[in-house]
Amino acid sequence: MKHILVLVKQVPTTESVRLNEETGTMIRTGSEAAINPLDLHAVEEAVCIKEFAATKVRVTILSMGPPQAESAIRDALAMGCDEGVLLCGQEFAGADTWATAYALVQCMRGLDPIDLVLCGERATDGETGQVGPMVAAMWGVPLLTYVSRLTCGDRGVAAERAVEGGMEEVDCPLPAVVCVLRDLNEPRLPTLHGKVTAHESALTVLNGEAIGADINLLGLRGSPTRVARVIYPSFQRTVELVRVSEQGLDAALDTLELALAAPALKPQERA
Amino acid sequence: MNEARGVWVLGEQRDGQIHPVSFELLAWGRALADDLGVPLECLIGGHGVVQGANQLIAHGADRVRCLDHRRLGTFRVDSYAQPIEYLIRKHTPEILLAAATTMGRTLMPVLAANLRTGLTADCTELTIDPAERLLLQTRPAIGGNVLATIKTPQHRPQMATVRPKSRRPMPSDESRTGDIVTEFVDERLLDSRVSRLGFTEDLTKGSSIQDAEIVIAGGRGLRTPKRFGELFTIAERLDAVVGASRCAVDQGWVPYAHQVGLSGKSVSPTLYIALGISGSPNHLAGMSSADRIIAVNNDPDAPIFQVANVGIVADLAEFLPAWLERLRSKDEGRGT
Repeated sequence: MKHILVLVKQVPTTESVRLNEETGTMIRTGSEAAINPLDLHAVEEAVCIKEFAATKVRVTILSMGPPQAESAIRDALAMGCDEGVLLCGQEFAGADTWATAYALVQCMRGLDPIDLVLCGERATDGETGQVGPMVAAMWGVPLLTYVSRLTCGDRGVAAERAVEGGMEEVDCPLPAVVCVLRDLNEPRLPTLHGKVTAHESALTVLNGEAIGADINLLGLRGSPTRVARVIYPSFQRTVELVRVSEQGLDAALDTLELALAAPALKPQERA
Repeated sequence: MNEARGVWVLGEQRDGQIHPVSFELLAWGRALADDLGVPLECLIGGHGVVQGANQLIAHGADRVRCLDHRRLGTFRVDSYAQPIEYLIRKHTPEILLAAATTMGRTLMPVLAANLRTGLTADCTELTIDPAERLLLQTRPAIGGNVLATIKTPQHRPQMATVRPKSRRPMPSDESRTGDIVTEFVDERLLDSRVSRLGFTEDLTKGSSIQDAEIVIAGGRGLRTPKRFGELFTIAERLDAVVGASRCAVDQGWVPYAHQVGLSGKSVSPTLYIALGISGSPNHLAGMSSADRIIAVNNDPDAPIFQVANVGIVADLAEFLPAWLERLRSKDEGRGT
């Protein structure tokens, strides 16, 4: 194992999410963004492999996004990675999961040979979890998803996959793509030294031409899917409020029991 | 792409038995196929699945294609993706659906990548736009606070994974008839680069919060791990599953698998009971789409009351024991 690539995405932070008081929907402010929480576990795993390896292992962070996504890459670098690559340019804008995976793989082909790609199982904004598996398919290597434990050898990896009803043990040869879950490890906090080094480490920004991509397969133009519409459903409800301090415990318990006994409002049946 | 016709769903099996999520997919697929005026086919991989194929017909399929082979007994992405891709290229369905299970969410992106087509994850609503003959795929995003409708105008098949429990199966109709076809594919298509070494069944976890009809969740307001533990007693009574706020998980009262919210799991049960949860945006984003919400909290201004149908302003230290006491006295009244 010589070279590990970690795919990261910049997402709005959960702390910065506020609700619109009238509609009960989410307000997302552009300025507050961070590295996708699950990706931190992928970065942590890569850094651990690097630290425990007998030979020198390099860790590269790859992301696609607007110029601000550089800060997500720097955050990952501060945990102990070696270099960062950001795919940035108008041609990437509006990419769905297919066009994103295409761009990432196109870029990967131009980097030094990669032994292992790690990524978070899904991002907290889009929540599709599709890019990792698509990268494996387009790159043409084995895929391990829902990985909660990973052991690396020179030629292969063994893993535990958290699937319905239990834990599956699997292994596969390298190179491979591994999509990880939160249970995998506890991400370290960046140190001051790490932050300083991260600030000085090499970060390459590449556009579509630099990665030799077919421009027709990038961004919105290359995306098979289109968003037809977006609606913001309101979950604001008029609450029937009972106060124990005024109406007493018994009245409150009666209300609770009535509410529990009420028939379902909306049966899941969609005829 | 214009010749692409027909709706396909990818059935699931465990140990050769048809998994019920296949029947949910058939209910979705049946409605779409009827709207389009095309047949509904179910493709299922596994070992010994031919025996269950009749059930798939009874639940709405016009044709069942069985990829039945001992090497397909358990899901491995290569051995499933390769023959399925082959069959899709051969028969060119216009729509392909799978369940948003760990299998569907692993297999479908691989298929979509290789077939150069669009895939929408975790859909909760699927309809046909009759004018354009397009599949409209609606999915919640950002923890259910946004509903996005996606379409795949130019590429085929139009692919979607469907969130389990988002539709009830149709009742089994034994009088339905249909074809059952056993597919034979080149053995090399069943090769897998990933080997399965073993499986450890998880007997402790019980049903997941995402599948539950009723979720009873606790937060900081419960104040002690012991009081949080009482939720399990009530959950058993109500046939509910225990959820938790991030705070309760961070306190170590309950494992992460129970966490509801943007940083945990999004749930959409018929009934959500929030005890001692004030309702941070992170939490609300993961549960406010529940059909009915009951909240108990000591702060009348807590945001949780904005999304609740019924709210009780009470200190859980007083309210929870009283509730348990009432449940107990009921038991005694019934002589149990």
